Amino acid sequence: MEPQDISANSEITQSAIGNYLKEAFKSVGEITQFGVRFFKELLLPPYEFKAFFIQCYKIGNKSLPLVAITGFIMGLVLTLQARPTLAEFGAESWLPGMVALSLIREIAPVITALISAGKIGSGIGAELGSMKVTEQIDAMEVSAINPFKYLVVTRILATTLMIPLLVFFADGIGMLGAYVGVNIHNHVTLIRFFHQAISKINFIDIIPATIKSVFFGFFIGLIGCYNGYTADNGTESVGKAANTAVVMASLTIFIIDMLAVQIIDLL
Amino acid sequence: MQVQELPIPIATDSGLIKDVIQIKNLHKTFTDREHEVLKGVNLTVAKGENVVVLGKSGTGKSVLIKCIVGLMAIDEGEINVFGKNISELSEKELNDVRVKMGFLFQSAALYDSMTVRENLNFPLRRSLKHLSAKEKEERILEQLHNVGLESAIDKMPSALSGGMRKRIGLARTLILKPEIMLYDEPTTGLDTITSKEISELILSVQKKNKTTSIIITHDMECAKLTADRIVILKDGFIVAEGTYSSLENSQDEWVRSFFNK
Repeated sequence: MEPQDISANSEITQSAIGNYLKEAFKSVGEITQFGVRFFKELLLPPYEFKAFFIQCYKIGNKSLPLVAITGFIMGLVLTLQARPTLAEFGAESWLPGMVALSLIREIAPVITALISAGKIGSGIGAELGSMKVTEQIDAMEVSAINPFKYLVVTRILATTLMIPLLVFFADGIGMLGAYVGVNIHNHVTLIRFFHQAISKINFIDIIPATIKSVFFGFFIGLIGCYNGYTADNGTESVGKAANTAVVMASLTIFIIDMLAVQIIDLL
Repeated sequence: MQVQELPIPIATDSGLIKDVIQIKNLHKTFTDREHEVLKGVNLTVAKGENVVVLGKSGTGKSVLIKCIVGLMAIDEGEINVFGKNISELSEKELNDVRVKMGFLFQSAALYDSMTVRENLNFPLRRSLKHLSAKEKEERILEQLHNVGLESAIDKMPSALSGGMRKRIGLARTLILKPEIMLYDEPTTGLDTITSKEISELILSVQKKNKTTSIIITHDMECAKLTADRIVILKDGFIVAEGTYSSLENSQDEWVRSFFNK
């Protein structure tokens, strides 16, 4: 290859990276503006309580089966994977406590958030995107209804409240999965299992995980709503909104998790 | 292009001419497309008048009515509705004006997640909170009767045909008893018979409720049936204006081409 070609390719690559970064920063800026608008609209009346409770039901209640299955499998698999290593050191009795700590501190919040980003985030992105394309959002606006307040504020609030609750639910079901996992090889009563598990958990293990889950929920709602609400016209943009919502929300969950671990470590 | 200016006085009930919509030197550009769609549109619509806007696709007809209702911000010029400059209104003031306007979208824009009853009840719950549940139900039934679809009250929008959706969309728009109606291609995508039914419905609405209407359409049968006055948009300007018969017999070949002549 000629040296000139390498130089030209390098310029093209730099230009592509530059454009990508420009778009990424633009998106971050727009989402920030969207978030600021959320807090402004949140505080101003009228308050959409009915729509908020409907969203809580849709986001929370309808996600229970998926979270339950995922939580159960998480607990079961974690127990089965950890057991041989602990057995080597004769520390099988630590299994309930270890699984409980892993689930509560890290695995249940992150996995539940990722599952929710896939189910709830994409659902919100697709629903609002579809409403935008079919002019339903415009129809609300011309009927003197604030669509941002009715559609966006209620959904972000609902995800912020429901994701931590789903995480608690996943914690509980995950522990049941772990109990089944333990009983595949040994016989432990349910009361003894939970007594061993809970004795290893401190208040400090629950609070950071809950705060982290609140942030996960907020960003899943915010990113889903942003992508749907700002979708372009055309049916293609509905799929794009759903897809982008999942990708951005999943990435954000990992970034928040990384920051949370660092902050907790400092404390 | 010869511009025809045919001012048509419209007498209101009081015998006075009153313009409810005044558009002065309206400019609208889409920055992402770097394309100026409207380049100085001037239009006045008198109370009780039905104005049909014609023009090729992409000439800014829908943009024009979206600017009137405040869905799109204008770049330059002035839009006065009921004497109020839309661009200078606060959100609350704009909503007060919007309640007096109805907008029938091209796709009818029914809320997919709600039944027909809920679709009609939604604007009522928001804008006419003082009405009792019984009064709201009566108003819903009255509007569905007007469009001949009482039987569809508990259906979901996905269970309705294109024509039925348009009728329900019209019923939802009329439920707040607007004084101005804006129709965005009301007959697009419908068969000839249904198109005629919708056009007749628009006309009967106008006669019954004494509404002022702007109708965007490509359907010349609809234009012929509903228009008191027709304006034609081209290249961001209104290039011709007059009654259906005057434009049909225009000296300008391009204008006549709309009428298949």
